Amino acid sequence: MTSAVDEAGLESHFEATIAHKDRIEPRDWMPEKYRRTLVRQIAQHAHSEIIGMQPEGNWISRAPSLRRKAILLAKVQDEAGHGLYLYSATETLGVTRTELTERLISGAQKYSSIFNYPTLSYADVGTIGWLVDGAAICNQVPLCRTSFGPYGRAMIRICKEESFHQRQGYELLMTMMRGTDEQRAMVQESVDRFWWPSLMMFGPPDDASPNTAQSMAWGIKTHTNDELRQRFVDMTVPQAEALGVTLPDPDLAWNERRQAHDFGEIDWDEFWRVVGGDGPCNAQRVAHRSKAWDDGAWVREAASAFARKQEAA
Amino acid sequence: MPDGTVPEHSTETAHAGPAAHGTDHDNAYAGLLVNDAHWAFGTDFEDPLAGVDTTVPDGVEPSVLAAYCLMLGDDALVASERISEWCSRAPDLEEDIALANIALDLLGQARLLLARAAAADPSVVPALPGDSPVPDEDRLAFFRDDRQFRNVRLAELPNGDFGETITRILLLSIWRLALFERLTGSRDAVLAAVAAKGVKELTYHRDFAGRWFLTLAQGTDESRRRVTAALTDLMPYWAELFGTHDVEAAAAASGVGVDPGQVAGEADAVLDQVLAVSGVDRPEAAPRAGVRGRTGRDGLHTEALSRLLAETQSVARAHPRGRW
Repeated sequence: MTSAVDEAGLESHFEATIAHKDRIEPRDWMPEKYRRTLVRQIAQHAHSEIIGMQPEGNWISRAPSLRRKAILLAKVQDEAGHGLYLYSATETLGVTRTELTERLISGAQKYSSIFNYPTLSYADVGTIGWLVDGAAICNQVPLCRTSFGPYGRAMIRICKEESFHQRQGYELLMTMMRGTDEQRAMVQESVDRFWWPSLMMFGPPDDASPNTAQSMAWGIKTHTNDELRQRFVDMTVPQAEALGVTLPDPDLAWNERRQAHDFGEIDWDEFWRVVGGDGPCNAQRVAHRSKAWDDGAWVREAASAFARKQEAA
Repeated sequence: MPDGTVPEHSTETAHAGPAAHGTDHDNAYAGLLVNDAHWAFGTDFEDPLAGVDTTVPDGVEPSVLAAYCLMLGDDALVASERISEWCSRAPDLEEDIALANIALDLLGQARLLLARAAAADPSVVPALPGDSPVPDEDRLAFFRDDRQFRNVRLAELPNGDFGETITRILLLSIWRLALFERLTGSRDAVLAAVAAKGVKELTYHRDFAGRWFLTLAQGTDESRRRVTAALTDLMPYWAELFGTHDVEAAAAASGVGVDPGQVAGEADAVLDQVLAVSGVDRPEAAPRAGVRGRTGRDGLHTEALSRLLAETQSVARAHPRGRW
């Protein structure tokens, strides 16, 4: 049993590790709240990868060329792979993939609210790559330096693949913009729908983000939501110009004094409704995951039973 | 020849450096506007047969070679479509990834075979408006109707449960691997190369399906019930795989193709081996009849194919001048 004195020593060692920006590893002592925060954040990220397979998977069967079909299927497959790495990272914290999947299905754990928006045209595949993966990269790049070792290392690999996906998405939109008038209109319409939800991906504004301060002190998070959102807007504006699309915000303008773009007010009411479960696709996404999990139960049971028989033999 | 797969991910902007060098990752996003020909490596359209000599060998009727390639290509394309329907629906993440791999391999085979058909006999390629940029492989995939598809019916049946999909992949891969092993000796260098690449892929598909068939057959009562039911449902389509169509006979006679009737014995033996290891009896199954003897190879399909194609082709057909 750990005494109060030992605990204080462990905690000061932990704090020193964080202060030196060294990694915390699974066998290291860590405060229980740090562990819980990590499980919550990494699981939410893993769930986002798995739920994120659905909106793009929606277009695999209708991809308009065989090359695009291969690219899309491979991308969605990568998302399953990201989910696997991240669930593995949470397993080092003492929680199983099955437990986490059950928490996703029960609604006890969240995933990125962006995936509660529908994909309504093939252009959405490109827009998700450009804006959604782009926003995810802005969020995730700093996490490569996060304090928990397995998470940081998983993020390095994931960021590389996300950046590749983002380029593929942007390249699809570029190609469509060189196509017919209908295709250009499709791209613009898709950007119109996904721009604001993409900005919401950075989470609530800093003054309404209760977990940020502690997560930053622990080195789990390294930038605030608003800082990352601003970075994303500043990066995206020239890309939109190069693409030839308009971002649907009349207030979007360069601010010489701030050396950054001003932009309009996000509809936080919609954000909170989507986070709260009332977005256009929340029920559908969870039902899809739940059905896949339930439909696969007999297979997982068979695999376990077979493995037990093999061991016994 | 190019192997038709998406190349390894480009790594020029993202370094897997230690935390201290983490700022390098910022470039992954900032680099989006870099004007680099390879910046989205693998996404530029390349003719899958670029740089390959597609001359039809002497003594081979181009229309026969093209029709034969369409048969093998359509088998792969339609099976790939069905398997990719599993994406985000598999029993666990590992199986989701594995099924996507199999679908991607078959899609890659389909692209090469459709491109080979078009190069051998351009008259098989559907005509589109004169300014259409749609490449031949996509014209063949998206602008033919079900009656012009030459795949076997087993490939197109609607998906059942995971046991059904495993059983179907097992049957198809046993058959196709036996064909492709012989096809590596084709007088058509393109087909021989496609087959050589395909043999490696199909060996994995057969292994994956065989292991799962055994696992399900020996797992629980429920899994055994399901997988044996799937086998009973699918076996009536087995004989169709080994019927020799006139095109296959002609392709075999001219040394470019394989007569599927020639691989029946070997395929039966492999299947019997999997069944024996799994402790499953081979069901008595009368072959599923066609219509006046016509089946998939004749363009006479189940009701499921035209629905599958209606979905697959919907976006492409709405934009016959589209650039993707």
